[in-house]
Amino acid sequence: MSVIAVRRSNLPGFGLTMGLTLTWLSVIILIPLAALFLKTFELSPEQFWGIVSSRRTLNALKISFGLSFAAALVNLVMGTIIVWALVRYRFPGRRLFDAIVDIPFALPTAVAGVALTQLFAPKGWLGGPLAELGIKVAFTPVGIFVAMIFIGIPFVVRTVQPVLIDLDVEIEEAAASLGANRWHTVLRVILPGLIPALLTGFALAFARAVGEYGSVIFIAGNLPNVSEIAPLLIVIRLSEFRYADATAIAVVMLVASFLIIFAVNRLQRWAQARIPTH
Amino acid sequence: MTIITASDPAHLSHRERSDRVSDPGEGSSSAALPVGNRKTTVGIARSNSRTEPGPVRFVIIVLALTFLTVFVVLPLVVVFAQAFSKGFIAYFAALAEPEAWSAIKLTLLVAAISVGLNLVFGVLAAWAIAKFDFSGKTFLITLIDLPFSVSPVIAGLVFVLLFGAQGYFGPWLQAHNINVLFAVPGIVLVTIFVTFPFVARALIPLMQEQGTQEEEAAISLGASGLQTFFRVTLPNIKWGLLYGVLLCNARAMGEFGAVSVVSGHIRGETNTMPLLVEILYNEYQFVSSFAIASLLAMLALITLVVKTVLERRLDEGQAPSDH
Repeated sequence: MSVIAVRRSNLPGFGLTMGLTLTWLSVIILIPLAALFLKTFELSPEQFWGIVSSRRTLNALKISFGLSFAAALVNLVMGTIIVWALVRYRFPGRRLFDAIVDIPFALPTAVAGVALTQLFAPKGWLGGPLAELGIKVAFTPVGIFVAMIFIGIPFVVRTVQPVLIDLDVEIEEAAASLGANRWHTVLRVILPGLIPALLTGFALAFARAVGEYGSVIFIAGNLPNVSEIAPLLIVIRLSEFRYADATAIAVVMLVASFLIIFAVNRLQRWAQARIPTH
Repeated sequence: MTIITASDPAHLSHRERSDRVSDPGEGSSSAALPVGNRKTTVGIARSNSRTEPGPVRFVIIVLALTFLTVFVVLPLVVVFAQAFSKGFIAYFAALAEPEAWSAIKLTLLVAAISVGLNLVFGVLAAWAIAKFDFSGKTFLITLIDLPFSVSPVIAGLVFVLLFGAQGYFGPWLQAHNINVLFAVPGIVLVTIFVTFPFVARALIPLMQEQGTQEEEAAISLGASGLQTFFRVTLPNIKWGLLYGVLLCNARAMGEFGAVSVVSGHIRGETNTMPLLVEILYNEYQFVSSFAIASLLAMLALITLVVKTVLERRLDEGQAPSDH
């Protein structure tokens, strides 16, 4: 990694602060992450493939990525509805609900995990009535899905909200004055402007849910091949001292989340190119 | 969460959030229109172009509030309801347990060390990145953001691969009788890893916006680098710094997955508060588990309140430079 300095100002301390930054970054982040890839290269391709394509690993990855995707879709739809209500309408408690959106960011994941489990357990406040309807949430894949929805909702809301606030209302008014009905205005005029933010929020919620551990494992049931998420399988393999297995699963997940981030970055650049920022 | 912009609360700058405080309903959006036209425009807007029919609005609001209540409010309420389900005495008895105390002390210790170190690093990184131009800057910011996109479990795993008995440095550490894994140093290391970006991410946009003129003036008047930083830069960034430290601290105290992998769960020794919540819950000691959880939930609520206050401060601080 070469960082060539071009000093713009006569301020002191560039060498010192940059040197310390790169050292600290290497010690805490880069070397540990490099160890993960180094460990992976100790495996032969056959070994790696054997681990990744084993039934239990494949199922864990399917559960993690599949349910995360589904939860991010729910977040996308509900997040848009929440943003719309918060930005466009006035109602009592609006400020409070706006602040509440950040709770999944701030609440420690273990606390969220036990709380959601208690809430959706067969005797819980919501789990009880749902059980009477024949719907089991806690200790099933549905529980994982619920926890992932919880953890992802702020990403969509906080990504889309500033964009909707900044959206130029005059264009809507122009559309309306040219005879477009409200539905057309929303679909053809407002929605296109929100799409980059919506996709970014979706990708961030998806990436977070894939890696999520604390809020999921309590409610999941953790039955192998049924309700076992990939991060939990990593922990199980570690506790069995099967480091190669843990590493291989981790690398697959890490590469996937880097790809998601890469996509997010491209999205943001695309969005910036489309919409001139002020 | 900008290059990678939004993986965590820190991703969303207070800048973006500031808009939320203002009322986007009437005034702000039509402010761009000539004053004379405003009334009529808003009049039309109200009737057909700017809003949906009453029933639609009602359904959207009900959907939004129901969703937030079920998925966000109720879990929070459950924490406190369970913690106090056997009364106040049982609640405080649970918190007075020696195990609870040692978890609280360990959590405070780990947070103090990791937030302290990330505070220093964050300021150094922000100085280098915001006050100077160099190629590869975007890439460097991406690297600083990396921990936001790494699963907590993987963060724990990489340190096991380094310091575990079969890890790269494991044999050397054993030969020198140094415990990293299943001990406090390991917990501190993973906590530093997962909270790495918070302070730097809070400071970089703020310091970039403030530019270098004030610092250059101080230097040309004969101030030393450190004097310039403490007398000129620090007063300008103090709210942003506090903002980063606040979010960093909340995550440090609440981290579960990464700490769980490296802690070894030694009772009374390597259990942080989130880990103790898990252990007590799995032992069906619900009052004790939720009592500890309620402390963490209060931490989260206080963090959110202080964050809102700081965001207002930051917006006020930035207001003059906006125009």
